[in-house]
Amino acid sequence: MSDTILGVDGLSVDIATPRGTLHAVRDISFSIKRGETLCLVGESGCGKSMTSLAIMDLLPKAAKRQTRRLAFAGEDLAGASKRRINALRGNRMAMIFQEPMTALNPAYTIGNQLIEAYRLHRNASESEARERAVFLLGKVGIASAAERLGQYPHQLSGGLRQRVMIAMALMCGPDLLIADEPTTALDVTIQAQILRLLADLQRELGIAMLLITHDLGIVARIADRVAVMYAGQIVEEGTTEALFRSPKHPYTRGLIDCIPVPGRTVPGGRLGVIPGVVPSLVGDIRGCSFRDRCSFAQDICAQAPPMRGTTDSQSWRCILENAA
Amino acid sequence: MIGYILKRLGLALLVALAVSIIAFFLLRLSGDIAVAIAGEGAQDEDLRLIRQTYGLDRPLVIQYLDWLWQTIRGDFGTSIYFKTEVSKLVLEKLPTTIILGFSALGFALLISIPLGVLAAVYPNTWIDRLALGIAVVGQAMPNFFFALILVMIFSISLRWLPVSGSGTWLHFVMPTIALGYYVAPAFMRLIRAGMIEVLSADYIRTARAKGLPAGKVIFKHALRNAVVPVVALTAVQLGFLLGGSVVIETIFALDGLGYLAYQSITYKDFPVMQIIVLLLSVLYVLLTLASDIANAWLDPRIRVA
Ligand SMILES: Nc1ncnc2c1ncn2[C@@H]1O[C@H](COP(=O)(O)OP(=O)(O)OP(=O)(O)O)[C@@H](O)[C@H]1O
Ligand code: SF4
Ligand SMILES: [Mg+2]
Repeated sequence: MSDTILGVDGLSVDIATPRGTLHAVRDISFSIKRGETLCLVGESGCGKSMTSLAIMDLLPKAAKRQTRRLAFAGEDLAGASKRRINALRGNRMAMIFQEPMTALNPAYTIGNQLIEAYRLHRNASESEARERAVFLLGKVGIASAAERLGQYPHQLSGGLRQRVMIAMALMCGPDLLIADEPTTALDVTIQAQILRLLADLQRELGIAMLLITHDLGIVARIADRVAVMYAGQIVEEGTTEALFRSPKHPYTRGLIDCIPVPGRTVPGGRLGVIPGVVPSLVGDIRGCSFRDRCSFAQDICAQAPPMRGTTDSQSWRCILENAA
Repeated sequence: MIGYILKRLGLALLVALAVSIIAFFLLRLSGDIAVAIAGEGAQDEDLRLIRQTYGLDRPLVIQYLDWLWQTIRGDFGTSIYFKTEVSKLVLEKLPTTIILGFSALGFALLISIPLGVLAAVYPNTWIDRLALGIAVVGQAMPNFFFALILVMIFSISLRWLPVSGSGTWLHFVMPTIALGYYVAPAFMRLIRAGMIEVLSADYIRTARAKGLPAGKVIFKHALRNAVVPVVALTAVQLGFLLGGSVVIETIFALDGLGYLAYQSITYKDFPVMQIIVLLLSVLYVLLTLASDIANAWLDPRIRVA
């Protein structure tokens, strides 16, 4: 068994739009080790959700995935059958979505929806599955769990629903948990609770996690590694420590500088504003995509910048050796 | 919920009352009941005598109140044409129409659910267009015309089914298909639209993320939510079915309430017409109520407050 749980190599996502093909994700590669937390950060619309959906093979119909290799626990899923994908989804890899209010089916009870995947993948009896569901609801901090099983989603608050979603994702004890901005839709106080819960569970259960977030404070606290996305590309990737200590890419610099207290992160702090606008993702982007907003831009940046950084701890896509 | 049902039942009573008033006066305006009883070409003297005997010389309002009082007491009067009690006549024919209504509804759902689901799962493909075509033809073709095509194929060419009449279940086959096909397109469109909307819902993505097979995603998670509005439509469509049954039962001489309605109109059989109109309106209101209750029951957000 390899110690890499997810290896993404050359992933692209194209969306057909009336204005032309939108390249939402442009040839990105990264990997996650077992038990590791990778945070994917970047401005709205840079392709974070498309990346996570592409991994789960849950892209909307209009979006097409291309990838050289999509290795899950050593198995290449790039050309895997629907049946094989279904055998892994909800079982070895699970996902939590941004919008807990709509992610649960209003027509079925919490219990019904919780036990589905477990019964399917584990061939478990209803009572075994319910037992597991009660156990996990307790684990995600839901009191009187047994009673909750009979309740419908509309009877639960947003925070509770997201806890249910987390429990649901954990039912089969996945190796990889993908969480796409799991707290953005929640109250600020609840946000911190849910993220702490996720981080604790991740550590306790030893799950690898791909966490998409806007919140750099969270990143600093719970990520092992960080990948920074800009206009469909990963522009910098590395250990949390290295990235926060010495961000190399001007965009990463900008993000970290936008945190209210320089050099230190603040819980609940959001990505700030970097002047300028993201280039259109329709059609090709020539040269460095950050060029229009970069204060270090030079003529040479009109050509695709090289990938820099030799060590595993940090790599970035820029003509500069060091933006600092 | 109980209060709501009681309120609706009260409303049903009011609707029935209103319908009975309108029907009574419209029917009286449409023809002379004395002529209907005496037959065309009756002498003025006879007519006067009949008017006196039946109390038709009294003001209409009094006649209505008289009729209402009799009806409430359960006396529905006597058929002019059949010369039997209206209540007996109606009870005799009602089962045929109920069987036809439900079998037609069943047939309509049987073809519209799979077609609607298929069209929604494969939107803008040939499957979708085929389903749409079937629906358009069903809606555009008058149902008597479709009934005649059925007769030509199944009775005259293939000789599988009797042309008309009642008595065996074979007599119900073509009326069921003709009537069911008439209401199926509305169901199909609603199911297609509902399924397309539901299939893009977040919870469908959640279901897929669990690794559930496509069938389970479509039929358990999507269809269950897409049928809620269908239930509401069912009541409306049952109303159409009741109306359509007049035409279809007449074409196939299927001896139900619809056929009786047609006969009573032809023979100016006022007492029968009056009761049938009343019965149909009450049935319609009750069906609407039933569908409202089913709707509430299907939606946990209403059922489990
Ligand atoms: N269904 C769609 N049709 C067309 N374009 C889409 C669709 N969904 C997303 N996009 C585009 O794809 C790009 C990437 O979207 P994505 O949802 O991955 O962004 P994101 O990084 O998750 O943003 P956010 O932080 O707002 O969630 C965006 O430019 C978006 O406009
Ligand atoms: S390649 Fe040029 S434009 Fe792009 S980030 Fe580096 S310096 Fe800025
Ligand atoms: Mg997103």
